[in-house]
Amino acid sequence: MKIIIPIKRVLDPYTQARVNKQTEQVDLANAKMAMNPFCEIAVEEALTLKESGAASETIAVSIGTDKTVDTLRTALAMGVDRAIFIKTESELDLQPLHIGKILANIIRREEAELIIMGKQAVDNDNNQTGQILSGLLDYSLGTFISKFELSADASSVEVSREIDSGIEIRKLNLPAIVTVDLRLNEPRYASLPNIMKARSKPLETIELDSLGIDTSPRIKVISVVESGTKDRASKQISSAEELFSELNQMGVL
Amino acid sequence: MSALILIELNGSEVNASSRAAITAASQLSDSIDALVLTNDSSNSESVSKLAGINSVKMIVDDALEHANVEVASKLIAEAMSGYKYLVSGSSTYSKNILPRVGALLDVQPISDVCEIKSNNTFVRPLYAGNIMATVESSDEIIIMTVRATAFEHSGDGGSAKVEALSSTIPESNSTFISLQESQSERPELTTAARIVSGGRGLGSKENFALIEQLADKLDAAVGASRAAVDAGFISNDYQVGQTGKVVAPQLYLAVGISGAIQHLAGMKDSQVIVVINNDPDAPMSRMADLVWQTDLFVALKELNEYQI
Repeated sequence: MKIIIPIKRVLDPYTQARVNKQTEQVDLANAKMAMNPFCEIAVEEALTLKESGAASETIAVSIGTDKTVDTLRTALAMGVDRAIFIKTESELDLQPLHIGKILANIIRREEAELIIMGKQAVDNDNNQTGQILSGLLDYSLGTFISKFELSADASSVEVSREIDSGIEIRKLNLPAIVTVDLRLNEPRYASLPNIMKARSKPLETIELDSLGIDTSPRIKVISVVESGTKDRASKQISSAEELFSELNQMGVL
Repeated sequence: MSALILIELNGSEVNASSRAAITAASQLSDSIDALVLTNDSSNSESVSKLAGINSVKMIVDDALEHANVEVASKLIAEAMSGYKYLVSGSSTYSKNILPRVGALLDVQPISDVCEIKSNNTFVRPLYAGNIMATVESSDEIIIMTVRATAFEHSGDGGSAKVEALSSTIPESNSTFISLQESQSERPELTTAARIVSGGRGLGSKENFALIEQLADKLDAAVGASRAAVDAGFISNDYQVGQTGKVVAPQLYLAVGISGAIQHLAGMKDSQVIVVINNDPDAPMSRMADLVWQTDLFVALKELNEYQI
């Protein structure tokens, strides 16, 4: 069984997103970038399956300019077998529907039966790509999973989904797409020898244009502003009595 | 230019986020219908009473009891014939289904809409709410989820006619096994008027019970920071933040929470914010209306013993 792990390069999640006043866009030019944290969890899950003998091959896929190769090399250093790099000539505003179409093309070509990916990317926070991809391929879908178990005959997976009302357990027949939540696992770090080894692992480059997919934007970003968090007056209090009296006056009790 | 609301039911009750979706849709269209996928036709009753709804379209089938996404997305895509908008609340229910509907209709959906600027222009959060983007859709059909905290929750008072859609239920490759519902006597986190939330500062699962005690005293819901959830003090469905639940209660009382960006993004719109913490430099304190800088165990003891 082949596993494909689509991954995304994003602004390092521990970095504050800023709007560049000149370009009026989120400033990524000199920012520290990293693999989307949910994608790291997806990679870890795929590697665990490979190590258990259930998967024959793990393949990371990412889309972007040349810098995206760094993120694919990170996945290779973590232990993924090979990588597919969909190269764009410039920074395109690719949206989940476009990304879904690109990934569907690669997944059909590779005949992969299991797709493991993050539930959302921490830059645009869409929480859409896995769902869209499942619709395009008509694969079964398990979103927001915190537990994953492959059946002994590798024909289905049982997943625990984190939903608003609790945990839902479903059985998905393969081929399937799962999108992972934070608590599924603890992703490993790439060791130095593995980082060295990753340099010689196979990385195939495909020009986006060669796939013939219409990537004209469906959604145009008109403007972005920093919302931040507004500081408030912060009155100091020092007792329960004072707190309850203030809250009563504010009428929130 | 009519709108269809995908209604989420909790038992037979309409979810609060669906009520927010009706308010949002009313800014886009004066002809709003509701779509309900359910296994129980008696559920039409609570939906038909919703104010602002023209007609209720129902698809009733046993297969729809637990929102099978493969089935639901096909049925919704079919039901969208003739509609310009598909609007639903930002819940795990809708986030699971709507993008798949988008794929079937070749539409790029818009997540977590917080404000409607025009019939195709919306404001939505990026980067855990640190950036607000104004986006314009060029799709013929617009599919969106809306933040339940950003729109009023539309009430009852309507008497919409109910129409059963005779849809063919497609085959599916997934099956429901079980649901472990989080049991709580307390108000539901996303719709509670008051929330008492605890962080890593509580130190242990046993100590976290002090938060629950205070919540019961105030008839409040219990919340937690991601640090508290990761430390195993409380289960993840109590997590407030960008990757947990987004809340905007009248009162948010944060105890032992330093205020990571992603937590602040999930509660910054609360009406009154109270912070109990011994660290005056915690980012959380800057957002507070009231700050009690003290050892949190001292404060919790005093609050739990105080006679209101």
